[in-house]
Order: sequence, then C-alpha cells, then structure tokens
Amino acid sequence: MTSYIYPKFGYRRSQEQAEGIVKRHPIVVIGAGPIGLTAALDCAARGQPVVVLDDNDTVSIGSRAVCYAKRPLEIWDRLGCAAPMVERGVSWNVGKVFFQDQLSYQFDLLPEADHQWPAMINLQQYHLEEMLVAQCRANPLIELRWKHRLISLKQAADYATLAVETPDGIFTMEAQWVIACDGANSDVRKMVGAEFTGQFFQDRFLIADVAMKADFPTERWFWFDPPFHPGQSVLLHRQADNIWRIDFQLGWEANPEEEKRPERVIPRIRAMLGEDTEFVLEWVSIYQFACRRIDNFRQGRVLFAGDAAHQVSPFGARGANTGVQDIDNLAWKLAMVLRGEASEALLDSYHEERAYAADDNILNSTRATDFITPKTKPSRYFRDAVLELARHHGFARPLVNSGRLSTPTPYVTSALNTPDHDAVPGGMRPGTNAADAPIAVDGKPAWFLHCLGDGFTVVAFGNVSDKIEIAVGPFAAKLILVGRDIEDPKGLLAQRYGASPGTTYLFRPDQYVAARWSGFDEAKITEAMLRASGHDIADRTELAA
Amino acid sequence: MMLNLSPNIADPDDFYAELINSQRDLDEEQALRMNARLILLLANHIGDRKVLTEAIGCARRGGG
Ligand SMILES: Cc1cc2nc3c(=O)[nH]c(=O)nc-3n(C[C@H](O)[C@H](O)[C@H](O)COP(=O)(O)OP(=O)(O)OC[C@H]3O[C@@H](n4cnc5c(N)ncnc54)[C@H](O)[C@@H]3O)c2cc1C
Repeated sequence: MTSYIYPKFGYRRSQEQAEGIVKRHPIVVIGAGPIGLTAALDCAARGQPVVVLDDNDTVSIGSRAVCYAKRPLEIWDRLGCAAPMVERGVSWNVGKVFFQDQLSYQFDLLPEADHQWPAMINLQQYHLEEMLVAQCRANPLIELRWKHRLISLKQAADYATLAVETPDGIFTMEAQWVIACDGANSDVRKMVGAEFTGQFFQDRFLIADVAMKADFPTERWFWFDPPFHPGQSVLLHRQADNIWRIDFQLGWEANPEEEKRPERVIPRIRAMLGEDTEFVLEWVSIYQFACRRIDNFRQGRVLFAGDAAHQVSPFGARGANTGVQDIDNLAWKLAMVLRGEASEALLDSYHEERAYAADDNILNSTRATDFITPKTKPSRYFRDAVLELARHHGFARPLVNSGRLSTPTPYVTSALNTPDHDAVPGGMRPGTNAADAPIAVDGKPAWFLHCLGDGFTVVAFGNVSDKIEIAVGPFAAKLILVGRDIEDPKGLLAQRYGASPGTTYLFRPDQYVAARWSGFDEAKITEAMLRASGHDIADRTELAA
Repeated sequence: MMLNLSPNIADPDDFYAELINSQRDLDEEQALRMNARLILLLANHIGDRKVLTEAIGCARRGGG
C-alpha cells in the first residue's frame, strides 16, 4: 500500500557476542524509536558512549507521530539535527474547527516573531526516525544494534544484567545504567515490575494516510459532527510528500477489523474529500487511545523515558514531543552521575520533574479527549453548545478543545530550583525553559540558545565581572556578559528576561532556568549551581568552602 | 465576590415566565440544548472562577 520504502539498517553480530565475553557498558538504551535515538544523541553529546538495542531493523511502521513542537526542535537543534527536519517537514499556523456544515472558528498559532524555530512542523515519524538514525550513525560514541531484543533484565546494586536475543542466539550484557525507551508496551517495565496505570478511552479511531494532490491549504482542519461523518469527529492534516493524515472517530461499537478494510475506508474518505479528488491509500490503522504513566521514572538502575514511561492520546501531539523532553532532562544528569560530579540522588529529580510534566500532559490530553468524545448526553449538549456559540461569539472559542498545542511544562516545584528572592520581573521563573532571542556575537547575528554551554551557564546583563567562568567543586559555569560577549541589538533578550543592568540568570545544562537575581553575586551563583546538581546542604557547604 | 444567594432579580415572576415561555414550543432535547447554551452564556458573564465553583457546588448539592 505504502509508497515509502522502509530502510533496512542491517544486523551485525557484536564483538562481545562473537567472543562470548560479558562487557559492562556505561549506558544501554533499549528501543530505537524517536526517544531512544534522541537519548543516544544526547548522552553522546554529553561525552558518554552509548549502545542502543532494538528488536527491529527499520523505522516506525505506519501512521504515527506527525506534529513536532518548538521545544523538541530546539533540543534536536542542540543535537545537530533540527534543520533537516524543518526543511523536510511542513510548517503550519492556521487551524480551523468546523461544526456540522459550518466553520465554527479558526485560530492562528501566531508564533512570536524572532525565534529560530517554528511553533510546529508536520513530518511523518518514519522520516524523523531516519534522520535521527543518520545522525546517530555519524557519531562515533553511538553504537546502534539492530535485531537485538532484550528478553530479560536483572538488577544488582550498581548495574543491570541484560539477556539479549539476536539472530545468532542469546548473549549477556551488563549496563551501569539502562534507559528504557521501548514504547507503550514496554517489556522492560514488566521486567522491573513497575505499575503503569491510567485511563483507557472507550472510543476507536481510524487513522489513514492518503497520498493526494489536493488544493487544501496547509492548515489543521478539525470537524465535529460533519455531514460526511455524522455524530463523530474528523481531523485532516498535511504531512511531507503530499501525504495527508486523516483521523476518523468511530465510536466504541465499531469493529476494528471490519473498519480497516479498504472497501469501508475508501467511501468514507471519498465522502469527505468529494468525488473528484483523486487519492491513494498509504496506510490504515485503528487505535484505541489511553492516558497512563509509570509509577516511578527511575527503577533502580533503569530510567524510563518516552511512551514506556507515559502514554497520552494524540490530541495535542504530546507523545514524542514530551518524550524528547524527558531525554533533555535526563541526559545531563546521567552524565554528571557517571562522571562522579553528582550523586545518584540527582536522578530522582528526573522522576520528580518529568512525572510532573507527564501529569500535566495527561491532564491536557484527557481534557481534549473528553471534549472530542463526550461521555454522557448532557456533556454532549455542553460540547455542542460551545461549538454553536463559538460560531458567533468570541467568548466560547477558548472553550473549544480539539487538542492544545504542546508547550513545555515548567518545573515550578522542583527541588533543583533556587526560589526567587529578589523581584526580577517577567515570566522566566526558575524551572522554566530558556526563551530564545536574536542576539549578535562579534557583530554577527546569532541565537541566544546557541551560546548556552554544555554545562551550567551564567548570563548577566552589564559589565558585572571580569571573569569568564564561575567555578565550584567539579563545575565550571561559562559566564556570558551581555555587552561583553554577546550583544542584544534589538533589546529582545533583555525584554524576554525582564532584565535591567545587573540581572543575572543561571541556566542548567538542559537550558532551564535554575535561579535568577537582580544583581550579580558569585556566592549565590555557586550555591544555586550545587543545588541544581542535587548536592544537599552538607555537600554544598563543604564544596563551597 | 461570593455567590449571591439573596433575591437579586427585580421582577421575579416576569423573569420566571420568560424562562419557561422561551422553551414552551421546544421538545425536550431542544430545551436541554438551549439550557446548555444558557449556562455557558451566564457563566461567561459571571466570569469569576470562585463564584462559578460555588454555583456548581451549590447546584450539585441539590441547591442546599
Ligand atoms: C496515531 C498516532 C498519532 C500520533 N501523533 C503524534 C504527534 O503528532 N506528535 C507526537 O509528538 N507524538 C505523536 N504520537 C505519539 C508518538 O508516536 C509516540 O509518542 C512515540 O513513537 C514514542 O516514541 P518511543 O521512542 O518512546 O517509543 P516507540 O516509538 O514505540 O519505540 C519503541 C522501540 O522499542 C523497540 N522495542 C520494544 N521492545 C523491545 C525489546 N524488548 N528489545 C529491544 N527493542 C524493543 C521497538 O521496536 C521500537 O523501535 C502519535 C501516536 C499515534 C499512535
């Protein structure tokens, strides 16, 4: 059916299996989906060698993720692969919501000007994975092992033993740390006995990818109760290569096997697109969606990320988007622990911060699903009332929920933050991801996020110091002075950071704000740096002395 | 602001008649749909989240 040719990455017997030696690796990633591949790139970017095991030897099959938001693009840019994604993908800003046969309202993502990356791109998951694989292959610290299925995992105090099955049989590996990115049906989760609980929605969706040359604009169109599919919802979205994604809500009673047959699917699509539109079916699948999360993202030496840690319904496009941010949070912490710069306790903050974000995503996805699939007749009346009123009155439009744009969840309650004491204005509170801004370096245009270092970075406005770094214990933060190292020609950096002369920010290695002050004070900076790397009060006093 | 539970409508009999009359020629489904629209219109007019929470709670408890 599909016009996409799935690459074959090719199995190779590893030296350790050939020689029958048990080797202990610092990091083994299970699963080469978008999250496992991103994990490999980020660990390698932080200097750690990493082995990735995947039970298959190709990319994700069929219709899965489409939309990727700005923050994942910033992360992939840090890992050197955002530009080709944006180039290959489709950028869009306008969304239209229809109710029955009329436009209910339309929105514009209206991305703030002066950012490097768009608010959203659409790209088939298989293209995305191919790019990530290419990026991994170019990195000597990463070893991708295809047709390597993890079949058992046992934990000791400071390592895990993995039994791995390949076409050459079963062999044993050891890992100081395992990053489990083996998807929603995670085997690793079962192997460690973790709980994975939440809500299954009593509804089914037909997801079809079709190839067509149509004059639909590059917009997101969402229908509630349209004439061509009464009583249910439909979504139309454009992907690369003139492939379009269509989601049909089917209801709980639908028979999945029956509905997948082209004889059933084609008339549905024809009714929607009109008799004259020529199209070819690329792929059809039926999904039931769920919102669930693992009880703890850290289970001893095993760290869970992506769908293995949390599953969300796809309205709002949060699955891969949030999984990539798990890795952004995890990789620098794991590298610090492996280098002996921080204790294992730092990894508990990975659970703290990302479980908080997962709960936020699940809340958003559940709300959208409840709007799209009202559970009772009265809730359906409210839903329809919102859509009717939205056609005429602005007040009802914010109540329409066909999925909210995925944005990063600030870690407002994180123990790694140094709470605000002085009044720095603006929303860049500790726990927030750094806003980008256009700046200049040596008179040439540049982006702020590109100046942030691999470790901690201190950014201060004004000529507050003659140092180039601030060091404490094992850490040396790069010190960037606005006015000395970078210029802010448009004043946007100062505006986005609520800065006046003296304002100082401390950024973590994942570009999140750890602390901010209205003046520059080295003792406060070093204290905040130690707190942000999980050092307790006793350590902090000792290291600062 | 708190949810106002004292008389606040100037001409209560007239208001009540208007409410009932507005649905006189609707079937049950149409009336329930209209009620949903009415609740949303009024809720937006009130706007105050605390008052809305109080009203939802009060209605849910059976008015008590
Ligand atoms: C219809 C649909 C639409 C979606 N739309 C979006 C969207 O627009 N935006 C978005 O961000 N997300 C979207 N998602 C979600 C997105 O597809 C997932 O969140 C994403 O694939 C998760 O990536 P992952 O790497 O965690 O897991 P997966 O992609 O599931 O990868 C897991 C990998 O682990 C391997 N594996 C499993 N078990 C083993 C084992 N025992 N040993 C070795 N390897 C193993 C598998 O072969 C696989 O390669 C959508 C999902 C669906 C179904």
